[in-house]
Amino acid sequence: MHRARRRFLAGLALAALGPVAARAQSSRQIVDGAGRKVAIPARVERVYAAGPPASVLAFAVAPDKLIGWTSHFRDYERPFVAPKYADLPALGRLTGRGNTANVEVVIAARPDLVFDYGAITPTYVSLADRVQAQTGIPYVLLDGDFDRMAESLGAFGRIVGEDAAGEALARYAHELIADVSLRVARIPAAQRPRVYYGRGPRGLDTGLAGSINMESIEQVGAVNVAAELGKGGLVQVSVEQVLRWNPDVIVTIDPNFFASVRRDPLWRELAAVKSGRVHLAPNAPFGWIDFPPSVNRLIGLRWLCRLLYPETFPEDLRPVVRDFYSRMYHQAPTETQLDALLVSVRPQQA
Amino acid sequence: MRGRTAAAAAGALVALGAALFAAFAVGRFPVSAGDLVTLMWSKLTGAPHGLPATVETVVFGVRGPRVLAAVAVGAALAAAGAAYQSLFRNPLVSPDILGVSSGAAVGAVLGIFLSLNVLAIQGLAFAFGLGAVALVYVTATAVRGHDPLLVLVLAGVVVGALLGAIVALLKYLADPYNQLPAITFWLLGSLAGTNRDDFVSAAPLMLAALVPLWLLRWRINLLSLGDEEAKALGVETTRTRIAVIACATLMTAAAVSISGVVGWIGLLIPHFARLLVGPDFGRLLPTAVILGAAFLLAVDTLARTVARIEIPLGVLTAFVGTPLFLWQLAAARRSWQ
Repeated sequence: MHRARRRFLAGLALAALGPVAARAQSSRQIVDGAGRKVAIPARVERVYAAGPPASVLAFAVAPDKLIGWTSHFRDYERPFVAPKYADLPALGRLTGRGNTANVEVVIAARPDLVFDYGAITPTYVSLADRVQAQTGIPYVLLDGDFDRMAESLGAFGRIVGEDAAGEALARYAHELIADVSLRVARIPAAQRPRVYYGRGPRGLDTGLAGSINMESIEQVGAVNVAAELGKGGLVQVSVEQVLRWNPDVIVTIDPNFFASVRRDPLWRELAAVKSGRVHLAPNAPFGWIDFPPSVNRLIGLRWLCRLLYPETFPEDLRPVVRDFYSRMYHQAPTETQLDALLVSVRPQQA
Repeated sequence: MRGRTAAAAAGALVALGAALFAAFAVGRFPVSAGDLVTLMWSKLTGAPHGLPATVETVVFGVRGPRVLAAVAVGAALAAAGAAYQSLFRNPLVSPDILGVSSGAAVGAVLGIFLSLNVLAIQGLAFAFGLGAVALVYVTATAVRGHDPLLVLVLAGVVVGALLGAIVALLKYLADPYNQLPAITFWLLGSLAGTNRDDFVSAAPLMLAALVPLWLLRWRINLLSLGDEEAKALGVETTRTRIAVIACATLMTAAAVSISGVVGWIGLLIPHFARLLVGPDFGRLLPTAVILGAAFLLAVDTLARTVARIEIPLGVLTAFVGTPLFLWQLAAARRSWQ
């Protein structure tokens, strides 16, 4: 208690000195993803990630500069991340939907930089400006658009002085996306499966065309059955509507829905359920489809391709996943962990 | 007066019948009227219908339970509202006045927060709904020396505010990408995922609560004269009040646990029923039940057909209910005076 208080007071004192310290240290100016000019320290050692997507990207590029997560790892996520990283404190999120961080806690953690990664809208830009003005800590935004993922990885590397790591991951991301696009482009439209993405405990929440939740599924050229309802975000649909769509494949992130869908007499009518093409996306340490919407979604692309187009993507996913986890999360999964992650890729009984 | 009551009851039944037919006939999955009749016929006679299995699933697996659930939930909320309005002698009272909806919301949100399955979420909603009202009642009886009804309502408001804060806290702590949308959808109310089990588990509870309310109709009439008068006429006011609260709570909790929070019905429908048949609870209760069932069925049918996505029930009942309520308020001055 005492120590925490001392550290907090020290943090406040440092914050008060912040502008002086910043002037003493040499700084450089960068232009962030929103086109904002931000003066950052020449050497960035401590990065506070303002939301879960930013945490994942920062962890991938510069794990030793990340000073904390936005929330604690859950028990099933923790084993996938080395203890020295998994044990970093939970500082709360400063942005995104809901704001749990205390600005004083953020200041007390003495970051050189606050970093957010996601949609660039006037809301987030003004929030960044406010927090930066209030705390004196430079606040950098990068564009979370799927197509600019490689670009953002490289940009973050340059900002925090990990140019080589950022560049390597940017190249990796670029190649993975390019390879997927190239191979998918050869698949005729008639062979593209119609996919229903079911979220929520009943599996009746889904994403409309262009929603951030559906980016991965759209990226691999599959047809989102809900796209005919229009553009937008997450919505609720009825079982009747799903029966009418009769999708070829169902992808979900909800284990409860996944467990019930094959037993439920209503869902059993669906072609996807009859042919055993219902897939639960892995979610450790970060989700493979849409959650959080960050670089973790890259491996989901390969997973989806393997499930949707087994002929075009015949290769074993184990080395691909091992490689991805080593690069992005700095720890290769064990064989048991790989088995658990890839359980849906093995042939299942219908 | 008798003729008027009979006409009102007949009108209400016709409204319910029309809503039922419309509900079975429409939906996102195209089922022609001919196929519908064939299916119904085959269900009655056991003759083979020769239609695809999916059509049968849609009609009897998806639409059927949903239509029945809408009828049951609407009836239960309206009955509970009618009972409370008579008991509290106040037209602004709705079934959630003693915290049952807020309690159920805490239970369901907690279930989603802990990533439980649907059955457990519904169970928690039901249990917390009952628990909240029990807490309100115990709190109110602990406070002595005031008007018992006033204290009860006050305790309900206070506990409701606390439960609302707990829901807000859980939403705040919930994972924003995964759980928050599910919580928001639940709090808006929907019958989108209703299946046979939901109906089968909730309907007996509602019925078990409806029957005692009906049997108590004379005492409820006397209670609505006021405590002193009811006591003078030989009614055990405390015991009757507990019975009415228990019944209304049980049906509301059962309803809300399968539908999520659906407002307005418990407030609006008893008013309409009173306008039609007057304040006598013996006529008010059945009229409210039929009107409530028809209203929610109609609204739920709109919710699943107007747009291609589901429209949350809580949103639609308010959109439809508010103008109706205001109109009724302006048009009718006699129901309470």
